[in-house]
Amino acid sequence: MVDATAVLTRTDAEPRGTKPKRALSGRNIMIYGTLFVFSLYYLLPLWVMVMTSLKGMPEIRMGNIFAPPVEITFEPWVKAWSQACTGLNCDGLSRGFWNSVRILIPSVILSIVVASVNGYALTFWKFKGSDIFFTILIFGAFIPYQVMLYPIVILLREMGLYGSLWGLVLVHTIFGMPILTLLFRNYFSTIPEELFKAARVDGAGFWSIYAKILMPMSLPIFVVAIILQVTGIWNDFLFGVVYTKPDLYPMTVQLNNIVNSVQGVKEYNVNMAATLLTGLVPLFIYFVSGKLFVRGIAAGAVKG
Amino acid sequence: MAEARRVNRMWRNMNAKIAAIPMVLTTLVVFVGGTFWTVLYSFTDSKLLPRERFIGFDQYERLWSNSRWLTSIENLMIYGVLSLVFTISIGFLLAVAMDQKIRYEDTFRTIMLYPFALSFIVTGLVWQWILNPEFGIQSIVRSLGWETFTFNPLNDPKLVLYGLLIAGLWQGTGFVMCLMLAGLRGIDEDIWKAARVDGIPTWKTYLLIILPMMRPVFITTLVIVAAGIIKLYDLVVAQTSGGPGTASQVPAMYVYDYMFQAQNLGQGFAASTMMLLTVLIVLIPWAYLEFGGKKHG
Repeated sequence: MVDATAVLTRTDAEPRGTKPKRALSGRNIMIYGTLFVFSLYYLLPLWVMVMTSLKGMPEIRMGNIFAPPVEITFEPWVKAWSQACTGLNCDGLSRGFWNSVRILIPSVILSIVVASVNGYALTFWKFKGSDIFFTILIFGAFIPYQVMLYPIVILLREMGLYGSLWGLVLVHTIFGMPILTLLFRNYFSTIPEELFKAARVDGAGFWSIYAKILMPMSLPIFVVAIILQVTGIWNDFLFGVVYTKPDLYPMTVQLNNIVNSVQGVKEYNVNMAATLLTGLVPLFIYFVSGKLFVRGIAAGAVKG
Repeated sequence: MAEARRVNRMWRNMNAKIAAIPMVLTTLVVFVGGTFWTVLYSFTDSKLLPRERFIGFDQYERLWSNSRWLTSIENLMIYGVLSLVFTISIGFLLAVAMDQKIRYEDTFRTIMLYPFALSFIVTGLVWQWILNPEFGIQSIVRSLGWETFTFNPLNDPKLVLYGLLIAGLWQGTGFVMCLMLAGLRGIDEDIWKAARVDGIPTWKTYLLIILPMMRPVFITTLVIVAAGIIKLYDLVVAQTSGGPGTASQVPAMYVYDYMFQAQNLGQGFAASTMMLLTVLIVLIPWAYLEFGGKKHG
């Protein structure tokens, strides 16, 4: 009965196939207008950053920040990379960049290895109390970092890692664990258990099932995890400031010190080049990964 | 044979337990242990180093009579409410627009989401530059002929939060849009058909049918955005450094300054405990709705 009316109404009111629409209907103007205006808002800072970083200081003082450069110069980029000063150090943002790379690589590897094995154990090898630990882990993701900052300082000091690169790597591994474990656990739980059982019957153990069966099957989720961690760790500021010393500061911290330093004449073009340089790595990841990035953040968002 | 199997099973469990050691240590030592430690030491008069001289609620009394803390809390509440209202409404509006089978959907999504890949430091610094009174928006409008135009939020104590808000929304709304769009796409196509059959206008369907159905998405978004707002730190450091004066101070900044700059650990612990309490106020009702409700109903 319901079906019949539905069919009737459809044939009456709506011809089959897509309805030819007028391109300039009021509805379309509203939709595209809204999207267009917001797109301007989102694109404006990128445009301003690029334009400012390509101008000389005289031109910046004269002109307007939205206008493209009359005379393109790459000097601000060179200066930001190799000469910008933080305090007494004038070796540019390159130091922060390489520090960030040195922090990033071990942090990404360690956090993903730990979390993927953990997610695997929580899916296929549950032991008594494993679910309780998992629940605490997820709730831990919501505890403000500020509450745990100092206890971690003490722990790292006891281990002799406070102020060192490996201390920061450990911190990133700890705070990446909730979200990554959730990510891997959710993914692994979609894998049919028969597969796992068959492997066990064939005599494969904990580690060999993980390495030979699960890992090759789960490459997409590893990519998502890498995207999540690379952008997250690269963009970190608080942990870098708290757990490393000035000569090990990651790029974000050094950038902030360069731009917000109170000494000297402000060179806005160098500042914007430096800002853009810091943003390049996550932007690159974002544009290359496309839909996987969306999947990563969606997975990161839907907790519990 | 049975003996061997039991040993074997124990060994397998051993492996899983070994694999879970990092999780167990993280949860017990860092999350639970660290939190309790901080709460406990917030009742001491620790200065440069933590020490066990308990002084009751003195640190909290000092905290709540400190004008800088009160400003921080007030700022966080104003920023928090505005940010929640705007991110969620703009995010939903954009998601609805994106859901109209539009052309260039991927392009629009890419544009809206790229700020989310950038750090708060980058975000803060760019907007500091755009809102710069000498060169930014203010000077451009003035050069167009409107000589008395004033838009200098970052140097005006009354407006500085809105300056932060413009930057915060720029960074985060695309992400909320994505969450909302996923929610919209998750709604059964049949509901739309039924609404169309009944002749309900599109806007009314969104308002009266889709919106209530998206409740879980809204709640999740609310919790994520709120948890992020309470941690608000990097953006303020980069964009305003808490200024002008103390006009844009936030609690996370207060905690950092007292712990690592002013060498007054007890104050820092008390302030961070208050932050934890704020999160619990947001989190507990949500956890109850999300998990407690299911068990009972």
